[in-house]
Amino acid sequence: MSTHREPTESPVINSDGYVPPLAGRDILVCDTTMRDGSHSVAHQFTSDNVRQIAGGLDAAGVNVIEVTHGDGLGGSSFNYGFSAESDFDLLKAARGEIKQAKLAALLLPGIGTLEDLQKATDEGIDLVRVATHCTEADISIEHLHGAKALGLETVGFLMMSHMVGPNRLATEAEIMRDAGADTVYFADSAGALLPHQVTERVEAIRARLGDDMKIGMHAHNNLGSGVPNAIAAAQAGASILDGSCHGLGAGAGNAATEVLSAALDRMGANTSVNTLELIDVAEDIVAEICKGKLPKLDRGSLLLGYAGIYSSFLLHTRRAAERYGVAEAEILLELGRRRVVGGQEDMIIDVAIELSGVQLPD
Amino acid sequence: MSLRCAVIGSGNIGSDLIKKLERSELLTPSLLVGIDPNSDGLKRAREAGIETTHEGVQVLLDRADEFDVVFEATSATVHAANAPKFLEKGLFALDLTPAAVGPYVVPAVNLDLVADQRNLNMVTCGGQATVPIVNAISRVADVSYAEIVATISSRAAGPGTRANIDEFTETTSDAIVKVGGAKRGKAIIVLNPANPPIMMRNTVFAAVDKDADPQAIIDSILEMEQAVKQYVPGYELVAEPQIDRGAGPDGSTKVAVFIRVKGAGDYLPEYAGNLDIITAASIAAAERYAMQHQK
Repeated sequence: MSTHREPTESPVINSDGYVPPLAGRDILVCDTTMRDGSHSVAHQFTSDNVRQIAGGLDAAGVNVIEVTHGDGLGGSSFNYGFSAESDFDLLKAARGEIKQAKLAALLLPGIGTLEDLQKATDEGIDLVRVATHCTEADISIEHLHGAKALGLETVGFLMMSHMVGPNRLATEAEIMRDAGADTVYFADSAGALLPHQVTERVEAIRARLGDDMKIGMHAHNNLGSGVPNAIAAAQAGASILDGSCHGLGAGAGNAATEVLSAALDRMGANTSVNTLELIDVAEDIVAEICKGKLPKLDRGSLLLGYAGIYSSFLLHTRRAAERYGVAEAEILLELGRRRVVGGQEDMIIDVAIELSGVQLPD
Repeated sequence: MSLRCAVIGSGNIGSDLIKKLERSELLTPSLLVGIDPNSDGLKRAREAGIETTHEGVQVLLDRADEFDVVFEATSATVHAANAPKFLEKGLFALDLTPAAVGPYVVPAVNLDLVADQRNLNMVTCGGQATVPIVNAISRVADVSYAEIVATISSRAAGPGTRANIDEFTETTSDAIVKVGGAKRGKAIIVLNPANPPIMMRNTVFAAVDKDADPQAIIDSILEMEQAVKQYVPGYELVAEPQIDRGAGPDGSTKVAVFIRVKGAGDYLPEYAGNLDIITAASIAAAERYAMQHQK
């Protein structure tokens, strides 16, 4: 690893009296390289990988580090892909390296259970993010209550937030707040939002829940606006942003944490992250471990954003396209037409079979 | 003689049961028990000329000799409290909550349980849709692991389901092992809010021994599909079972089966196959009980 270096000054010549837009704002950074990023490596991170990455992120000053199968606790399955190692072994490995950051796990009700959360708590997580589709917040109540009973910090995490308007999103965020979420997040899981739509969503949630409510945003890069979307969220009042090193993650990946951190520096935000150290973590550790698997903004991932499809579907679609000899793009577009939501990965094979024209036996 | 049936719970499941009982030649809907006098379910039953009460289960217990079968469509906690009382009063109980006081019954697999049990649990909607397929595979191959994904329309998921998602996954996983015959089970549930609402969809994945005969597996699954169709007419495979050698964990063969359940449209519209399959399964169990009593 590199020695400690101070961030550089902005090279941009500004007008006299320029005040950067996030001056005076404290922004927290959550890194999900070892959760959402698991999609890029088909959930094959090992405890060794996790130790290296978690140690690097923690030393670089990231505030929250999320470690779980890409689909959360209990995600290891035929439907979402089997993990190389259990969530609990990976959490244990991360816990051993993390000194200052909070260790987080993701839980999707319907996939993971409170029993899984109990085990994750035994491995030392500080925080759980309970995630539902953007219209289904009430299925998180049981788990948010359970998390509070376990003494965890809680995030209510609304996915596929492009599929509802800002006011409905605020209503669902309110359900999570009332169920005990300390922070409410919205995720652009399909990477379909543009910055102005992110701004509207943050503003609607603030208007409903007040300025004291902590709001977070999780951006994907399928339309090339991962970092700009995260920045737009911060400008509109979000106080915690997600990223992953090199953008590792489903579809075209997430906002890259190191790029986000650099942008936050230039926006004048106060963060605890040392951007130069984080760039080294991304380049020297994550890119090395994930060689050949870094996300790309290619046809498939662009179509996810363009058609509003759950980013995690990309690699499963790629495999089904190959298995059934059907074009990846056709499968993706049909999934969009059927308005499938996160978790329905089984529909990918179903669509591929249908498009391949295989007939049912009589 | 038709058996006199009481239904506890006037929500979606209870109301759907009443509709199906009205159609049955072996069963009569004699009483619907609710707690909210203004519930839609109680109102509809009254209009159909069926006795209702909003004063809870005590009404039934006080007149237990007027009934033969009780369907519990409340919650796991309520059934756990009611079950011993039903037993004491000699009522045959079919439990549509995840309480699992009695053994699981999945009609296409183990309907014979009706003969010597007084309380049977109906697993979950997803369990009724998928456990028969797991069983169809395990009767011809060694299933080391089976996993099911049930996707239901948000509109067909009542407040009980929404508040107890873990009970769904845990009960279904348990039945995959105990009735399905897999060594390990996992269940996933997804709610889809699309409008118009989607039909209930289920996918079964199984890891089977690599030497299993693919044709035997497919034949067994297709036979099971017909067996379930006997009591759930809208139950069908949407594609041929997919068999991929070496695609499962540790070199096992992966079997994937895709199922759609179109409801009978009794209380909720056809998309609510999740509701239909669990109520239809409990009616099948009650009818078997009735046939035994006729003998």
